[in-house]
Amino acid sequence: MNNNLLNYVLQISDNAMILGHRLSEWCGHGPILEQDIALTNIALDLIGQARSLYQYAATVDGQGKTEDDLAYLRIETKYKNVLLVEQPNGHFGSTIVRQFLFDAYHYAFYKALVNSADETLSAIAEKSLKEVTYHLRFSSEWMIRLGDGTEESHQKMQDALNSLWAFTGELFEMSDADTSALEAGYGVDLSSVKSFWDEKISEILKMATLEKPEEAWMQSGGKQGRHTEHLGYILTEMQYMQRTYPGQEW
Amino acid sequence: MVATTEQIWKILEEVTDPEIPVLTIIDLGIVRDVKIDGEEIEVIITPTYSGCPAMNMIEVNIKAVLQEKGFHPIKVTTILSPAWTTDWLSEAGREKLTKYGIAPPVQGAYDKSALFSAERVVPCPHCNSSNTSMISLFGSTACKSLYKCNSCLEPFDYFKCH
Ligand SMILES: [Zn+2]
Repeated sequence: MNNNLLNYVLQISDNAMILGHRLSEWCGHGPILEQDIALTNIALDLIGQARSLYQYAATVDGQGKTEDDLAYLRIETKYKNVLLVEQPNGHFGSTIVRQFLFDAYHYAFYKALVNSADETLSAIAEKSLKEVTYHLRFSSEWMIRLGDGTEESHQKMQDALNSLWAFTGELFEMSDADTSALEAGYGVDLSSVKSFWDEKISEILKMATLEKPEEAWMQSGGKQGRHTEHLGYILTEMQYMQRTYPGQEW
Repeated sequence: MVATTEQIWKILEEVTDPEIPVLTIIDLGIVRDVKIDGEEIEVIITPTYSGCPAMNMIEVNIKAVLQEKGFHPIKVTTILSPAWTTDWLSEAGREKLTKYGIAPPVQGAYDKSALFSAERVVPCPHCNSSNTSMISLFGSTACKSLYKCNSCLEPFDYFKCH
């Protein structure tokens, strides 16, 4: 078993899984039908990506586990997602801000991962990139529409941006898994992802008439399994069925 | 029973997409290869979208249709690369989609990251008017966007470029 590779794949899949689960909470609660459908479509893409990645992680792990074991039977401290994706949905605007901050990262990350020396990661990245391209366009449009909207929508977007900003630094922090992946030729240099991200964020915020928050102290810990209190609640709901009825199948 | 690959490709035309039943999996370009090794038949498929819920059903249906015809054993392998693209949709598939009321993808590359739906005109599958507008980038399934026709006023699905 290659522990570095396993941790690297889990970092990527846990991001997709947790954000997908968060978005699925909007199902039936969207502000209008079309946006309800859009958010759940994006959730479906992300959960699909997580499935491909968990299947691969299970193979790398080589201990007979399945994709479901990895999603439903790992505890909070084993999850390696960044803190940003586990933050609560809040109102529609704050969901959009969280999505936009992550999509811009996700897009540049997959774009670089296509060149991975690992064939499976490269294939998953190539497939996912097409989907994330649509996500980024969707969240960018809503950033602009709401940021440059009414006085109230503008203020709500600015507040959401200010409060989520502290979770963006971690996206570009190189964990041990990131560093060893990069050295082994299958990983991504997060500093090059950051240059794209900075540019994209500035471009869209400008169009959205929103202020980029000042550089301040950044939260981190997700990649090492130190999470905010929100992840526990997500896992409680997500894993309830498997924990209560182990091995339960449809 | 020993088969030829031509025979298998022909039989696979009987398997349709559970969400768009007018299209076969051959029309969609989901089947990438058929390999025969003695009695064993391997069908290689690729998903349209990562989260496409139809893929499991398609796999089951491929096995069922081949078993019905007496072939055994059958293996279905999923590959992700090269990633599926709407360019693989057959000409016959495009025609079937239009007749079914879904606008086929506008061919040729366009910038999917362009903001505010700056893409090319999607003609209405009902009246062929080019005066149409997008209601939502995301529609009833992962592969579709929601449009409306400003001429005949009918809403319609657009099979989006991918
Ligand atoms: Zn029309």
